[in-house]
Order: sequence, then structure tokens, then C-alpha cells
Amino acid sequence: MAELQMSPEISAEIRRASRANQATRTGTDHVMTALAVGGTIIVLVPLVAILVYLVYKGASSLNWAFFTQTPKPVGEQGGGMANSILGSAIVLSLASLIGIPVGIAGGVYLAEYGAGTWLGNVIRFVADVLNGVPSIVMGIAGYALVVVHQRHFSAFAGGITLAIMMVPTVTRTTEEMLLTVPNSIREAAYGLGVPRWRTVMSISLRTAAPGIITGCMLAFARVAGETAPLLFTAFGSQFYSKSLNQPIAALPLQIFSYALSPYDEWHRLAWAGALVLITMIMVSVGLVRYVTSRGQLKGGS
Amino acid sequence: MAASMVTVPVPKMESSAAPAVLTPVPSGIRTFLASRGSNKGADGFFGGLMLTCALSIIAIVLLIVWVLVMNSRLSLHTFGFGFFVHSDWNPVSGEFGALPFIFGTLVTSFLALCIAVPLAMCVAIFIMEICPKPLRGTVAFLTELLAAIPSVVYGLWAIFVLVPIVRDQLGPFLTKYFGWTGLFSGSNFGEGILTGSIILSIMILPVISSITREVMSAVPISQKEGVLALGATRWEMVRIAVLRNARIGIVGGIILGLGRALGETMAVTMVIGNNPQISKSLFSPGYTLASVIANEFTEATGDLYLSALIEIGLALFLVTIVVNTIARTLVWAVTRNNAAKAH
Repeated sequence: MAELQMSPEISAEIRRASRANQATRTGTDHVMTALAVGGTIIVLVPLVAILVYLVYKGASSLNWAFFTQTPKPVGEQGGGMANSILGSAIVLSLASLIGIPVGIAGGVYLAEYGAGTWLGNVIRFVADVLNGVPSIVMGIAGYALVVVHQRHFSAFAGGITLAIMMVPTVTRTTEEMLLTVPNSIREAAYGLGVPRWRTVMSISLRTAAPGIITGCMLAFARVAGETAPLLFTAFGSQFYSKSLNQPIAALPLQIFSYALSPYDEWHRLAWAGALVLITMIMVSVGLVRYVTSRGQLKGGS
Repeated sequence: MAASMVTVPVPKMESSAAPAVLTPVPSGIRTFLASRGSNKGADGFFGGLMLTCALSIIAIVLLIVWVLVMNSRLSLHTFGFGFFVHSDWNPVSGEFGALPFIFGTLVTSFLALCIAVPLAMCVAIFIMEICPKPLRGTVAFLTELLAAIPSVVYGLWAIFVLVPIVRDQLGPFLTKYFGWTGLFSGSNFGEGILTGSIILSIMILPVISSITREVMSAVPISQKEGVLALGATRWEMVRIAVLRNARIGIVGGIILGLGRALGETMAVTMVIGNNPQISKSLFSPGYTLASVIANEFTEATGDLYLSALIEIGLALFLVTIVVNTIARTLVWAVTRNNAAKAH
């Protein structure tokens, strides 16, 4: 410092260079900040555009007939997607009935029994692999596993395929949530002489329940919009069908086929169907967010 | 650690010593407990059930591989490796080569990454470092909503909104200013590789940005504070402390997005034009591995046709497994220390 004060020219030079340096750095900082903000806005534009356009197009096409009637033949006005909504409900219930228990049980194994063992690690890795399998490949697998043996498309095949897609998501969230349960609670249960299976059921799973329900809802929301796995399994149908053994209509399938059709009336129905589908998914995702932001178990997901 | 290791054996010794003293005098409580059984059977059954369910995940994956291999046997024998290098796809004359689909998948995925990665970085940096606290949750939630929209709805939107935009506004603009590259020549109907890539980039963006955020939050706060304390601006802090520390994990997130892009089916199928050709122009229609399966599987006549399509599925399956494994390993390498601290 003392040397700088002795030579005022050098000191001024340094101060000028430092000011220029400062300006460049602040400038870069501002530019990068602006880029980040701008990028975020660019990303949010399609989201807003999709939602606004969907509500605008869908709401004007939604009417009572949409929820009560089956599709009409080409050229006739009106008609609805009642059979697709029912079909989606059937296929998704079947998928949840199979996928959620198996998924939770897998998660319990990973967190309570297999933590740290090589088998646990292998299962965790395979679950991640299964999670990344493209949905269209799951569709082929469902076709080859169920449809080929049944010799016809069926709601059952669709349900099984979606169930397989739900399992890894449910397993991994259940595991993560169970790991947030403090060990002292488990030890307290063991200390009272509660057997292990009872501890898992009434202590661990019970404590982690909000998080596990979140995982199940997310898995449900994910498969609810899946089209590709249903193309070769549930196949779609124009009629009411309650039988698990028959091809069945599903909302995403119907939207897909109507979107590619050349008729305005069908496009209108596709938009209405998309609005119903997305409302269903958003409500479940929103509920999950509401529940998890209230609960103590925020960790995980 | 040492303290806990010492204290653990103590209760064990007591409990093992206690029965030895008590055995001669069977108390009422003890006989009651003994009459209730030890729950060993129930415990074993429950543990076995959980193990079975967990093993079923492995069984499912093995079953999928087996079923795909068995069903594509015919095509594997007939064409061998040539299947992936021949560009003729003619079901009528029985010629099957997957090259146009591989080309379409690679080009759309690559373009989608080119568009999505910089934007995803922007979103992640904005949410983690710049965004005011009250807004943070909302913006993060909105970007995650993008991930919740089903593929088919993206496709529907792309058909009626994105295709006209690409045809009437973006297309002429690109031809005018970038026509010299040769990438934007030929007739532009709106449906083609470019549109498919754009919709794909919107769909993989949330994946990349959420993984990037995850690895960015794994960067120790002391590193950031250290850089700031040395007089760095916010961007310098992000560049030096955050991005440099998190780069391996960010690459992992990008590869995870690639995995998603390779297998994405419905939205791409709806806008890519579905024509098996290899062309330099991004306006020309293309075809991807996933969309050829979606379009032709139910109409496939003949065993060879069906088995060729299943072989494409098998290839897609194996490629995504490899890509996802690499990505998971990279992300895990960055976040493992963080995860260990959290538990």
C-alpha cells in the first residue's frame, strides 16, 4: 500500500485498469443474468401457450354430451368420449391395483431389508433401468407377453403394461420416503416387542405415508397420459366396454386417433379430451404438491 | 462412531444375561409371551413377500429382454447386423433396413438437445441463484408442470399450433437467413424433422433442468461463499463454484434427457411426417425408431415384418439402457456425498 501511495501515476493507472476490469465483469454478470432470465421466460412461454390454448379450445368444446355419449360416426355432429373415460378408469384402476402394492413392497424391501446389500443395489439399479425404458418398448413387451398368448387385444393387457410402468416409480419413492423415517422410531417399536413385519406396516409405512402416497399419485399421473403402451395392448374401441377381456377405449388413445383425423368435429373432441386428461393429471399433481408442502416429510422426490 | 460401537453391545449382553437368571422361575408374562408364539413365521413370510416383489422387478426386465429377443429372432437371423446399415424399408418386397429410422432418431434427439440444453441451464441457474425466494417455488413448479403434460397432448398442440408456425413464420425466416447452409432447403410443409425436434426439446427440457438443479444444489455452500468472498460477481460465482463443481452431474442430466428423447414416441410421431428417408434438409419429413413401431406395428402383416419392428424395439431398449446407465452413474457420482449427508 505504501508503495502505491508513493507513485500517484501508477496508482491512477492501476485504478483505471481496475475500473475497466470491474466494468467488464459487472457487464458480463448482467448479460448472463439477463440470459438466464430470458431463457426461463422462453421456456415458460410454450407452457403457458399450451395451457391457454388447451383451455380455450377445450372449454369451448366441452359439453354434457362429451361425458355421456360414445363417439358418433364420421359426419355426424356431437358425440362424446364417455366410453374412453370409462375405459381409462378401468385400465388405470387395474394398473394401480397391481402396480402400487408390488411397487410399495419392492420399496419396503430396498429400504428395510436390502439396504446396503448387493442384491438391494442390483434391484435399485434395475428399477432405474426399467424407469428409463421407452414407453413404446413397454407396449411391445405387453403385446408379446399378454396379447400374443390371449390372441386378442384386451383391457387386461393394457392394465398389466401400465402396472409394469408404475412399479419402478412407486418403488423408488417408497424407498426414499422410508429412508427419511428416523431409526429411533423403529427401535422404539422393537423395544416394545413389536415384530418386524408389524413395525414395517404400522410404524415405517405409516410414518412415511404422505410421501408414499405422493409417489403413487405421481406414478398414476405419469401412466394416465401414456398412449404408446396402450396402442398394441388396449387397442381402443368405439363402444362401451366393461370386459377386461375385450379391446377397450382410453382417453389418450382416442385423442391420438382424433388428432390425426381430417375432421374438424373430431379435432374439437380431441381438444376437449386433452383438457379433461390434463385437468385430471394437474389435479393429482397439484394435490400431491399441496400435501407434501404441508407434511413434515419434504425430502426425497 | 466409537461411542456408539461401544454402547451397542451393552444391552445385548444384558439381555442375554437376563434369561439365564430368569429361566428357573417362569413368570406369568413369559408364559403369556411364549404362548403367543415368536412371530418368526409371520416375519419370514412378510420378508419373503417383500423380497419376491422386489425380485419381480428384475424378473420383469429379464422377461422383457427375453420376449423381445425371442420375437425378433426371425429378423435377427435373416438380416444380421446389416439390418442397421441398410436404408431400404419396403414391407411389400420384404426389405427391411433400419438406417432411416436410426438417422431420424439421432438427428431429432441431437437437435432437441441443442435447443434444450442451453435453455435448461438458464432455467436451472435462474431458479437456483437468481430467482427471488418467493418466486422460486412457483417457477420450479411451472417447469415441472411441463413434465406432467402427456406426450399426446404435446402432439395435439404441435399439430395445430407449432406446425403452422414452422410452416409460415419460422421456416421462411430460416430459409432466408440460413438457407446457405443447405439445411433449410426444399419444400416446407411444417411437418418434418425440425418440428419434431422442437417439440422434443420442450419435452426433455424439464428432465435436464431438474437434474441440473439437483446437482447444483449438491455444491457445498462454503464453495460459493468462498468465491463470493474473493470478490467474484454472481455470474463468476456460478461459473467457478457451481458449474465447475457440478459439471459431471450436468452431463449426466443431459444424457438422461438424451435417453428420454431417443424413446419419445407419440408427439414426434404426430409431427415428423413419417417418411423413411435420409435427407439433409431439416424441413423434410423423417421417421424415428419409436414412431415406426407406433405407426406400423398393428398393421404389420407377416412374421418377418413384425419381427423387424420388434428388433427395432429391442435396439431402442438396449440403447436406452446403456444411455441411462451412463447418466445415472454420472449423476450419482456428484450427488452421493450430498445424499450421504442428508440421511
